[in-house]
Amino acid sequence: MAIETLIIWLIPLPPFLAFFLIILFTNKNKMLSHGLGVGAAILSWLGSMFVIYKALTDDHFSAFEGTLKWLPIGESTDTWFSIGVMIDPLGATVLFFVSITIFMIFLYSIGYHNFGQPKGDKDQPGLPPHGATIKQGKGKSITVPSIEPLYARFFAFLSLFAFGMYLLVVSDNLLTMFVGWEIMGLCSYLLIGFWYGKKSARDAAIKAFMTTRIGDVFMLLGIVFLYTATGTLTFREIFTEETLAALAGAPAILGLSAAGAISLLLFIGTIGKSAQWPLHVWLPDAMEGPTPVSAMIHAATMVSAGVYALIRMFPLLTADFSGHGLTTAMSIIAFIGAFTALFAATIAVAQNDIKRVLAYSTISQLGFMIAALGIGAYVAAVFHLVTHAFFKALLFLGSGSVIHGMEHGVLHTGKHKVDPQNMFNMGGLRTKMPVTFWTFLIGGFALSGFPVITAGFWSKDEILADAWGNGHMVVFITLAIAAFLTAFYTMRQITLTFLGKPRTKEAGHAHETPWTMTVPLVILSVFAIGFGWVGIPEHFPVLGGILPNWFHNFVGHTLTHPPEVLKFDIVPLATSLVVALGGLGFGYLAYRNVKSPADDKLQISVLKNKWYFDEIYDFIFVKPAYWVSETLIYKWIDRGLIDGILHSFGTVIGFLGYSIRKYFDLKLINDFFSDGSARVTQWFGGRLQPIQTGHIQQYMLASLGLIIIIGGILLSLLVQ
Amino acid sequence: MEFQFPILSVIVFIPIIAGVLMMLMPAERKNEVRIIALAAAVLALLLSIWVYITYDQNVAGYQFEEVYDWVPALGIGYHVGVDGMSIPLVLLTGVVMFTGVLISWGLDDRPREFFAILFLLATGVFGVFVSLDLFLLFFFYEIAVFPMYLLIAIWGWAKTREYAAMKLTLYLFVGSVIALVGILAMYFGSGLETFDMIKLEEANFSEHFQNIWFLPVFLGFAVLGGIWPFHNWSPDGHVAAPTAVSMFHAGVLMKLGAFAALRVGIMLLPQGAERWSGLIMVFAVIAVVYGALIAFMQDDLKYMIGFSSVSHMGLVMLGLSTLNKNGLTGAGVQMFSHGVMTALFFAVAGMIYDRAHTRYISELGGMGKIMPFAMIGFIIGGFVSMGMPGFSGFVAEFPIFMGVWQVSPWIAIIATTSIVITAAYILRNVRDVFFRPLPKKLEGQITDVIVLDKVAIFTVSALMIALGLFPIILVPMVQTGVDNILRLLGGA
Repeated sequence: MAIETLIIWLIPLPPFLAFFLIILFTNKNKMLSHGLGVGAAILSWLGSMFVIYKALTDDHFSAFEGTLKWLPIGESTDTWFSIGVMIDPLGATVLFFVSITIFMIFLYSIGYHNFGQPKGDKDQPGLPPHGATIKQGKGKSITVPSIEPLYARFFAFLSLFAFGMYLLVVSDNLLTMFVGWEIMGLCSYLLIGFWYGKKSARDAAIKAFMTTRIGDVFMLLGIVFLYTATGTLTFREIFTEETLAALAGAPAILGLSAAGAISLLLFIGTIGKSAQWPLHVWLPDAMEGPTPVSAMIHAATMVSAGVYALIRMFPLLTADFSGHGLTTAMSIIAFIGAFTALFAATIAVAQNDIKRVLAYSTISQLGFMIAALGIGAYVAAVFHLVTHAFFKALLFLGSGSVIHGMEHGVLHTGKHKVDPQNMFNMGGLRTKMPVTFWTFLIGGFALSGFPVITAGFWSKDEILADAWGNGHMVVFITLAIAAFLTAFYTMRQITLTFLGKPRTKEAGHAHETPWTMTVPLVILSVFAIGFGWVGIPEHFPVLGGILPNWFHNFVGHTLTHPPEVLKFDIVPLATSLVVALGGLGFGYLAYRNVKSPADDKLQISVLKNKWYFDEIYDFIFVKPAYWVSETLIYKWIDRGLIDGILHSFGTVIGFLGYSIRKYFDLKLINDFFSDGSARVTQWFGGRLQPIQTGHIQQYMLASLGLIIIIGGILLSLLVQ
Repeated sequence: MEFQFPILSVIVFIPIIAGVLMMLMPAERKNEVRIIALAAAVLALLLSIWVYITYDQNVAGYQFEEVYDWVPALGIGYHVGVDGMSIPLVLLTGVVMFTGVLISWGLDDRPREFFAILFLLATGVFGVFVSLDLFLLFFFYEIAVFPMYLLIAIWGWAKTREYAAMKLTLYLFVGSVIALVGILAMYFGSGLETFDMIKLEEANFSEHFQNIWFLPVFLGFAVLGGIWPFHNWSPDGHVAAPTAVSMFHAGVLMKLGAFAALRVGIMLLPQGAERWSGLIMVFAVIAVVYGALIAFMQDDLKYMIGFSSVSHMGLVMLGLSTLNKNGLTGAGVQMFSHGVMTALFFAVAGMIYDRAHTRYISELGGMGKIMPFAMIGFIIGGFVSMGMPGFSGFVAEFPIFMGVWQVSPWIAIIATTSIVITAAYILRNVRDVFFRPLPKKLEGQITDVIVLDKVAIFTVSALMIALGLFPIILVPMVQTGVDNILRLLGGA
């Protein structure tokens, strides 16, 4: 086994070990626990960097791989599901951003959970810390942030989460990928519900798990279908010309080929995991978790995993794609992606919670990637996946820093009613929290696609260019509008949070956060800018020659037939420039003077209420589900019909028994035979009474007569 | 022939001998009785582990066989032996017996009689799993079923115990009588004048005969496996039964039904099985979804687990009904996985009930802080139940769905909806019972679980995780058993 293959095997392990060590041994010790967690993250990061370095320096790099037998399955005696690892250019790319963001998030969590601060006065496990009072002599006391009560547990769960993500990225087959996928689902449940003392957190955890679970079930069916059709789940065995051709040729249902049907089933898993419409409802609620979790789940890893899975299955998805005219499966995917991109952006415009804006923006940006895959823009999707992971992790961590700063202000004033996440309570934080401001600005501009310098510009531009260049006008226009809204709500967020003057006392007393939180912000902002440069198209004016199509060539070689580079076209570039700058400009102009939600013209109830999807789902799915299980199945069928039949047996048999007793047993047996025979005897006794005279002579005479008669009969019988 | 240690007979008769010993003790020496019970359980468990480890998978087939004449005139023999399908179940019984004794340690109402009757049941269960003679199997089957009546009616929940005990007994006896008729039909129909199952496997019953008799035999036994629509005795029985009895009931007794249905129904009448597998599959898929839906709305913790058992046993039946390798393997693994999982569920439910004196989820809360160990166990069981990868449930359910898909994708799609419903009720339950704040009414009266409980919880949880991470410890074993079934099916 080559050294890089061994390292790939080892990459997921440190977080896994850290999880067990923390849970079993270091539970009580906060320092050791986060030491283990961060140490594991660093080890995995180092391993990843080594593998990526090898991949970059290897001239003929296609993939590193290795396998082990895991689950015996199948018709013949020795077929196994093998678990295996593989790093190809796509895997290396994903590993790159995953390992960096995970490391940053671990580091950030130390500061976020107030390591080094005293224990809270009234803090309870399962609730966010409320602050601790410190006496400063002469009866004076101040309130300072208090440490998270379940500090060690947080790092344990986060480590397990990291394990799930690494496992998913390095696996060479759908089954282990699914295992990692489910581990992340489990961890998102545990982490979203981390502050389980809050009812909203408990409910959000279940909602997240259940919604993604619906997707997972379809994904599982897709895996089952794929295995039944091909007999393998290993990528390199599925993605051979013959297998793909066979799948593309085999009809399934509704006019889809087997390849299309399997792709769609797997895609539904992605819909759930990456929170696409119509399974998007869980992600905004998932903001109930601590902010590092939001960054982890909802930016860098879990939602990216959904897109990554779809990217992985790209050869299957395009198996029956000739290059002209999208297949049914691809059209559906493109539609869902583009629709989600626009739909979520409209909701983000009207949200006031700083994290919720980002949540909807995540949904929207993931829609961009899905739409890109739907129209066959492979490299553009991967590119946007990477840049998005960097700038969205940056934005989430930045928002956590803002919230942390605001909480500082809240502790200072002691007014716990003030919501530290509501952007209308902020304003003017640019001077209070400069590092957070500048990094957030970079992240926000990257998200908006601010031209040339930010990474988001290059990746988003590439998607638009692909849509334009291949003539998918509907997708192009939808995404362009979504991009405009993105820039608009981002500027709204930046304006409301950082610009202007503080609108509350709490904002006035906000405070910059410790270095463990700001350092990750700075590092991530470097990538939010710099990563764009690897993907500059060759024919782009002026800048094109620096790294000509480097990213395209690297990632493109994951596929057997690397996609061709598009010709440079001015229309999509102009569109990118206009929507990004226009959105940012409008956003600033519209919100620079807004003081309260009342001034905000976009607080439209249909947008604020997220197009009423929660209510609609409650009405058409949740309520009927309760009715079906409670009334129809349980009351009517189970207790009514099935038990009813049983009890009616009881009644019928009881009645039968009673009838038999009354009409047969009592009448016939008792009355007739038992009592009857007694009565008959009595009657005869009565009748025969006169012959009981008491005279011996009469008895003897009768006996004699009887003997003669019997004797005569016997004699006559014998003579015969 | 060299002397061979009759290990299976020893396993079968350890419980009943321990029971007799206990009955010879004075009733007031409760602790000594408990120690005997635990010793017997440990011994049975160790021997089952020994059998499990020393079974030669390369040779496969029936091993550790013992054959003695019993009533030679009628062709009845004492013939025991195990294969890859039954060994996991023998081990399962050992595990459930061991954990059942541990968590019943505190039972104070006539423990002597309780353990003695429970062990009578255990003998019956072990007996069925190792029997290779139809008469013997039926004999043990009745021994396993009968004590349930006493255990529920005497030690059960006062409100419904008489109804539940009666319902359970009636269902099971009717089922077994129907099966008995089938067994007799086979005895006379084969013309071999033997009850020996290995000989009957080669009997070559006519197709007509098999088509007629498969259903009565299969369904008659499957009643005990909780097959829809004959499942209703089961949840009622669970609710009324004391904790250890629920564990036995759901953990091993229901497996008994599925196992006997497989051994006698499918293996002896393979053509009949092929004729009727569609119907069984429909029954099974209904049970899977139906049980999950009912479990979803239950407020009573034990009813919830009871109906979830119906749902999960439906998966076993579903696996059996595929008659292909994946499905049958999955069914075999699911029997083991569900056995330990549901035993754990009932154990934790019992611990909660003993302390809170209520089983209503709406009245519970805050248990997570007070009994964290029990909570972790319950959550692990929950993940098994949901079929999460990394836990034994996935190793069982995945092959089942695979097998079902090969037969009918639509049935597979319907069946997988249960995954979502299961997740819904498990998570709702975990949220309300463990994470919600402790209700005022219960403050001060809840204490943590005792060490013995923890040992029990740890044992089963560790098994489920080990199996989930390393399927190799069980799956190849089951596959050797499945190969034999497939041989019979293929030879039909």
